[in-house]
Amino acid sequence: MIRLEKRLAPSKRAQYLNPFLAVLLTMIAGGLMFAALGKDPIAAIRLIFFDPIFSQQFGSFSRPQLLIKSAPLILIAVGLAIGFRAGIWNIGAEGQYIIGALCGAGVALAFYPVEGWYIFPLMVIAGALGGFLWAMIPAILKTRFNTNEILVSLLLVYVAERLLAAMALGAMRNPDIAGFPGSRDLRRYESAHNADLIAGTGMHWGVVAAIIAVIFAYVMMTRHSLGYQVQLAGQAPRAARFAGVSPARLVVICLGISGVLAGLAGMFEVSGPSGQVRIDFASGYGFTAIIVAFLGRLNPIGIVLAGLLLGLTYIGGELSQMMLQLPGAAIQVFQGMLLFFLLALDFQTNYRLRFTKGARA
Amino acid sequence: MILGSIQPAVLIAALMVAATPILLAAIGELVVEKAGVLNLGVEGMMILGAVAGFIVAVQTGNPTLGFIGAAVAGGLLALLFALLTQVLMANQVASGLALTLFGLGLSALLGQAYVGISPPRTPKLDLGPLSDIPFLGRAFFSHDALVYLAIAIVIGVWWFLKYSRAGLILRAVGENHDAAHGLGYHVKRVRALAIVFGGACAGLGGAYLSLIRVPQWTEGMTAGAGWIALALVVFASWRPFRALAGAYLFGGIVVLQLNLQAAGVKIPVEYLSMSPYLITIIVLVFISSGKARGSLNAPGSLNRPFHASG
Repeated sequence: MIRLEKRLAPSKRAQYLNPFLAVLLTMIAGGLMFAALGKDPIAAIRLIFFDPIFSQQFGSFSRPQLLIKSAPLILIAVGLAIGFRAGIWNIGAEGQYIIGALCGAGVALAFYPVEGWYIFPLMVIAGALGGFLWAMIPAILKTRFNTNEILVSLLLVYVAERLLAAMALGAMRNPDIAGFPGSRDLRRYESAHNADLIAGTGMHWGVVAAIIAVIFAYVMMTRHSLGYQVQLAGQAPRAARFAGVSPARLVVICLGISGVLAGLAGMFEVSGPSGQVRIDFASGYGFTAIIVAFLGRLNPIGIVLAGLLLGLTYIGGELSQMMLQLPGAAIQVFQGMLLFFLLALDFQTNYRLRFTKGARA
Repeated sequence: MILGSIQPAVLIAALMVAATPILLAAIGELVVEKAGVLNLGVEGMMILGAVAGFIVAVQTGNPTLGFIGAAVAGGLLALLFALLTQVLMANQVASGLALTLFGLGLSALLGQAYVGISPPRTPKLDLGPLSDIPFLGRAFFSHDALVYLAIAIVIGVWWFLKYSRAGLILRAVGENHDAAHGLGYHVKRVRALAIVFGGACAGLGGAYLSLIRVPQWTEGMTAGAGWIALALVVFASWRPFRALAGAYLFGGIVVLQLNLQAAGVKIPVEYLSMSPYLITIIVLVFISSGKARGSLNAPGSLNRPFHASG
């Protein structure tokens, strides 16, 4: 008879091995799904995971895309992971991302057509502030009224989406082009454009911000007392309270950090790769970042790898849509499966299978 | 006069229809949470139910089969959640989110060929002379069977939790799983059954959206209804009839908001359509604060994993 037995300490080996196993299993299950859709599974998997980087045909186009897609994922996931470690669930990063973009774009559109070096920094501040304030709504409702932060942060995503639509069709609409919803193209407004720092690499300010955030988070989690408090609150809430960790303060800090980073991600996106405030601006980075955070083991370095991988699936998804006419939703299923397999495999981190003879007494 | 064009009987009839999907999802989740499990995958199970119900109904031409298919699909996805959280001991919050993300993707994939099609019409339940009563007939007695089924499920759940032995066991498992285990009850089995029931209800709710309320299939059509259902359970402080009242209240707000849109009130549609989400948040705040805190009524073992050692 087989039974589960709790390990005395989590297995480090399983912890590091599981993400790789999960990716492998997702490739197999995804291949089966593609086969069911009547596509060649091997070609599809190749197209998603290898061709964006190694193919002669697409490589030159999609290699820079890797940084463009991964940077917002990493930026958001790093912030989310800090909260997840403390048991504070901000799942409304998508909303904070949208509001950050709206605030950043709002500053740019207010200054248009003035040119000046100070405009872009102001946009960065506005984006961070927008994300921060949007995240403070669930934080303050949690600390003042004990309202569930999961539900509030998520419901605010829908509010942010409606606000985005209202802005794209109303206040921020480009007055020069009648009939087309959407704002001015910030890529054509030099002071506001978040251009490639090295042309043709996809290396824009958002990538720089992501690198800084990863280093900052790593130092905080391993060297700063705040990181210790976060871990303590997540693993032993009672002990944390005895040690003088204020739960309310932690809620505000964790939601605040993730809000700032999500807001920044949105701002760098709207001023660079996307360029416009449009109804379809929100592309689900805020939700995919949750998968990135878990796949990266809530660890800043792991998140970089996980972010690059999921960024890759975004590009590969677009490629396979183009080349194999695979539906765009297939890649969403793919990402969902990845999280499923990871969660399923993780039981070996904390439990082990024991084979015993006969039935238990 | 804008508001004068809104008839009370029509309004009541419309709010019952608007409330039914979230009521179905909420009553299912209520049972799940009473068993001590927090399943955040309601949105995912709902949308999978919406697409599955739609596909089955279109293929067979029979809406009843569609609803059955939706319940089965929701239940199957919930079974996956049960496997993750009860057998493999995965984190409930993360697993619920995974369920939602996966459900949204899978439904979009399955529903691709069904965009823009009309489903077979679900007939109204024939209640004979009752439907002819002025005002009351129009408001309460001219609906499809699902509206009444939802109410019947609420009554059934209330009776089950309050008076049946199995309901008592389920509540014991939810309040204190160690004690329930000590008494010899199968904590995981009870929880798994509750989870599947919750999934089937969420699936029904989703299919109500795609087959009756809208009625059409569009990607992401649940638009947060599953999350509102989760909030509704908190609002109801885990009491079935309060969930019913809350759902109808919420349905009223949605209908009023839609009527205001149709009547051409000078507020952009985008702002009006924020109102259901904002009102849900405001209500949550009221419920979770103050002395008579509804959240004090939360099941004791909610969101705590159970593993029998030894």
